[in-house]
Amino acid sequence: MSRAGRAFGQRARRNEDYDLLTGRAQFIDDITLPDTLHVAFVRSDLAHARINSIDTTEARKMPGVVAVYTAADLGDYWAPGPLLVPPPPVKRLEFFERTQVPLAKDKVVYAGEPYAAVVATSRYLAEDAAALVYLDADPLDAVIDLEAALAAGSPRVHEDLASNVAAKVTQFKGDYGSIEQSADLRITQRFVYDRGTAAAIENRGILAHFDPKAQKLLVWDTTQAPIPIRGGLARMLGLAVSQVHVIAPNIGGGFGPKIMMFYPEEVVVPWISKQLGRPVKWIEDRHENFYATTQERGQIHDAELAISKDGRIVGVKDVFLHDNGAHNPYGLTVPINSQCTLIGPYDIPHYHSEFTAVFTNRVTVTPYRGAGRQHGVFVMERLLDIAAKKLKIDPVEIRRRNYIPPEDFPKAQEVIYQDFAELVYDSGNYLPALEKALVHIDYERFRKEQQPQALAEGRHLGIGVVSYIEGTGIGPYEGARVCIEPGGKISIATGIGTQGQGHYTAFAQVVAEILGADIKDIHVVTGDTREFHWGSGTFASRGAVVAGNACHAAALKVREKAATLAATLLESSPDQLEFCDGVVRVAGSADKKISLGDLAAQANPLRGAVKPGTEPGLEATAYFGPDRGATASGVHAIVLEVDVETMMVAIKRYVVVHDCGRVINPLIVEGQIQGGVAQGIGNAFYEQLHVDENGQLLNASLMDFLLPTACDVPTVISDHVETPSPLTPLGVKGAGEAGTIPVGALYAQALEDALRPIAPDLTICEIPLSPNRLFELVYGDEKTSPGRENA
Amino acid sequence: MHDETKVQITVSVNGETYTRLIEPRLLLSDFLRHELKLTGTNVGCEHGVCGACTVLLDGESVRSCIIFAVQVDGQSIETVEGLAKNDTLHPLQELFHQEHALQCGFCTPGFLMTLVPFLRDNPTADEAAIRQALSGNLCRCTGYANIVAAVKKAVESGVGR
Amino acid sequence: MKPAPFKYFRPESLDEALALLAKHGDEAKVLAGGQSLIPAMNFRLAQPAILIDINRLSALSFIEEKRGQMHIGALTRHSMVERHPLVAQKAPLLAETMPNIAHVQIRNRGTFGGSIAHADPAAELPAAMTVRGARICLRSTRGERWVDAPQFFVGLLTTAMEPDELLTEVAFDELPKKTGWCFVEVARRHGDYALLGVAATVRLGMMGKVKDARICFVSAGETPALATNAQDALNGQAPSAELAKAAAQIAAAQDIDPPSDIHASARFRRHLATKLTERALNTAFARARGETR
Repeated sequence: MSRAGRAFGQRARRNEDYDLLTGRAQFIDDITLPDTLHVAFVRSDLAHARINSIDTTEARKMPGVVAVYTAADLGDYWAPGPLLVPPPPVKRLEFFERTQVPLAKDKVVYAGEPYAAVVATSRYLAEDAAALVYLDADPLDAVIDLEAALAAGSPRVHEDLASNVAAKVTQFKGDYGSIEQSADLRITQRFVYDRGTAAAIENRGILAHFDPKAQKLLVWDTTQAPIPIRGGLARMLGLAVSQVHVIAPNIGGGFGPKIMMFYPEEVVVPWISKQLGRPVKWIEDRHENFYATTQERGQIHDAELAISKDGRIVGVKDVFLHDNGAHNPYGLTVPINSQCTLIGPYDIPHYHSEFTAVFTNRVTVTPYRGAGRQHGVFVMERLLDIAAKKLKIDPVEIRRRNYIPPEDFPKAQEVIYQDFAELVYDSGNYLPALEKALVHIDYERFRKEQQPQALAEGRHLGIGVVSYIEGTGIGPYEGARVCIEPGGKISIATGIGTQGQGHYTAFAQVVAEILGADIKDIHVVTGDTREFHWGSGTFASRGAVVAGNACHAAALKVREKAATLAATLLESSPDQLEFCDGVVRVAGSADKKISLGDLAAQANPLRGAVKPGTEPGLEATAYFGPDRGATASGVHAIVLEVDVETMMVAIKRYVVVHDCGRVINPLIVEGQIQGGVAQGIGNAFYEQLHVDENGQLLNASLMDFLLPTACDVPTVISDHVETPSPLTPLGVKGAGEAGTIPVGALYAQALEDALRPIAPDLTICEIPLSPNRLFELVYGDEKTSPGRENA
Repeated sequence: MHDETKVQITVSVNGETYTRLIEPRLLLSDFLRHELKLTGTNVGCEHGVCGACTVLLDGESVRSCIIFAVQVDGQSIETVEGLAKNDTLHPLQELFHQEHALQCGFCTPGFLMTLVPFLRDNPTADEAAIRQALSGNLCRCTGYANIVAAVKKAVESGVGR
Repeated sequence: MKPAPFKYFRPESLDEALALLAKHGDEAKVLAGGQSLIPAMNFRLAQPAILIDINRLSALSFIEEKRGQMHIGALTRHSMVERHPLVAQKAPLLAETMPNIAHVQIRNRGTFGGSIAHADPAAELPAAMTVRGARICLRSTRGERWVDAPQFFVGLLTTAMEPDELLTEVAFDELPKKTGWCFVEVARRHGDYALLGVAATVRLGMMGKVKDARICFVSAGETPALATNAQDALNGQAPSAELAKAAAQIAAAQDIDPPSDIHASARFRRHLATKLTERALNTAFARARGETR
């Protein structure tokens, strides 16, 4: 296949835009069924408390209320949710499974945990009644601080466990102990990363309709994984899978938390519908979203870098604590990602990493765009920056010296990744991306001219350049069905959900390339279990890689069927045929052709028999399951300016050079990168969940949890390097998370650079930052150095 | 709902007149979405920050989640459903499509309804003014760059004039 | 996030509104733009039993100049103030302040009087009006009274208004000749409440010395109080960068009592007060001398 074909590789405008632009698209709360009831969940104000009783008497008497349920009403249906991802096969591993429950029964373990569900004829009335559900509970000390959580005598989130340890994992490569003492330089440093939340503009929601006559359950759910939701609901409710139909409609942003399952609401709302035999809807509101949707990012790393005088990495040791929140349904995915991603694009002969995942009385942690990779990149990049400073090597040069050379691929890293396979980088070529980024950011001129000139005018500019890798496109598998219809349209169905990634266009491009069709004639269906019912979901930057390759495989099968039939009809042989402009034609004879639609009609004849060994129709289903993930990589570079009087930061230039293998649609990939960078900027400088020692969230609104706006996010200069993945026929790698991953590290490096004239010894070891925090870092806090800012 | 507390309102939405009996506390966003079934106006925060629910009230952009429907009795509303005419996209919608200015599309109607009066009042806006005009609408997917690009194209092609 | 039920009145005249307030004032809230009230109701942080919607009192929407005084009606939308030529001409401080208030969608709905009556010390208008020596007109069935801004803002979200009173208009002097002005604030994002803001005017006397300096802060205490110590230090002095710096330090050290919250510590706010006051004064000096606009 050519590098950029007629459809593949084109900057195609998206098939999905029309409905979204006109307001016709159906999001979860746009779907209405007659006679629908509405649910308001009643949530705990306390982060940790023992429940004595729940009084629903007053609430039940309120107008419009149909039912009020607590855990007691759920009976045998009440059970902890499934462990979605069991621990990977790592030798040195302890793991304690505690998953979320549908409604709190004896204890609440985080502020916002639901303990009752009020069902009423409108959401307004349900909320009126929810205010009258009374919880009698004894507050317990909350487990919030990760280190205090592990101290002897700490209160325990799960009292049946011996401690708050959720897991302990050690992985290593080489033998760090053997080189520790002999390294020229050892750098030890603590790094702290705090929590944010994904804050998709659409909150979550679920609409369930159990039809008692048909004995069928139809569920619309803002999930990234409708097929597993269907299987799980069928099992929990004692139904056959064929009785359950799950649709993930248009979804207003996913970013990870929408692949968490089963959320309490996903368990309770279908059950209520089955109890009442009526459609039941719950739409998460923004306030709930801060408590009810999973979050990420709290870790504390104590890291050590052993490095030679000439700036070559000898080894890295990292010991970290991972904030797990109250439950661990997603197993070890996030901290394993941190552990594996830390290695980065660098040749690290000796690596020792151990972590402890800690239960806390906070919202459960599951992957959110980047999914632990940020932390690893932050630690590694910061260690290199500190080393560069100590060794008086340019920070760009120290990276150059440590990149894995292109001839070393595939590169085995000896640690187990989140997909349970050994981490092996499939392909990569890191230096060209760096050099391109340096050109775009004008590195040399910045150092020699722009920065000193600006400083002479009293302006503080800083530059940052960081590298990262991202494991993408992991298994197990996805499938797709491709069908040429008699009208000439082509349909594609795949099981993953879609949340804005442009699947209706990218998959159409993959198939259009094979079948010679116009992408506008290709109709893609995702996330509807009646259309396609095998698969797992959209996560880990895998949609284009795994489902995209499945579409490719199915299209090839359809092409073979079409070619066989066309060869007969056109009295030619399959290898003489060309597929283009919606027709199949014999090469070199312009009039010997048949349109795809006519061919499809011929393949499904009204008379005559289908010959043995053949199938009717031009349809095929295929699956793709990679042995392991494909490793994408890239470089981000930034120039920013700090107003050192106000500590306000303005981005002057932002460059991303990304390598996600072969690109299906550059427009979409650049959009993913730009959007990812925006989220990374939010994470680095705006978004932080502030909780007090009692586990109370202090900023549960978009007034105080700050998402970056159009004034805060620059237009990224985007460039690509293409190192195809040898693991997949299309050669593509994932791109969904790359924009977010290195931004914290980038900010830290550039801010240090900008602040150097006023704070030469500053080392930034934490994310998120803010003007207030920069002020404290530069001038000390009240206790250590009052009044220094006025000196 | 108790009928004695309900109030009758008459509103023009996208040129059509609707009369409904509603509770005073009904938010304009819920009125449009659930009473009139005009679900193109999306709701993201219900406290007036995200901008997804932006509609035009007598021609000016407002947040429909922090206005009560009862308040707009006798007034005129425009929503995203009113932009495209006979299946032809409004020029701004077309530019959003060309510039890939939307991903999940949930915030998009709010951006469009903010921009229509902005371009009318500022047909020659520069990038800084555009970004400031957009700052009351949050987008979590696009990182705004392509939205800004679409609006710049709209200025160049005279959409607001 | 749906509001609790309430009883709704929509008076068509000022007299009707005042009669409703006289009857229900204790349990009623006045609904003007509602851009702070309705979010609070959606969170159920506010659950007024009665709302008196004054949006039909179109007589309260006006911007006028009478005998050297600006009069702005309580129901005037922020966006009208922002765009009004009289404001640009006669009240440049206010004109400079307006774009800092939230976002265009909020300014299209939010009202001038509502913002004053809400008395949020993090809001821009209370400070800008205090610095201009504004007088606030309160009406009730008992009559009319005018209250000076410093007496009007009595505490955090608390004013001198009685439950039966309606804020109907705000009046303040047009900016005198040889007077410079500046409104400057630092906010995390465009349109956010300021971490700290400064409104300042400086009038120069015959010899080019400061005759009347006024400074007031946003987000620096429970009320938008005037920086009297800094003002005293400025009055009678020749304007200079050194004077601006010295006055700024006095203001930050002696005239404010800023809060600490998740966005900024009190200490950072004091620091910002120093830097922003210095900037504001230097700008105001230059404008007073006619060097820039």
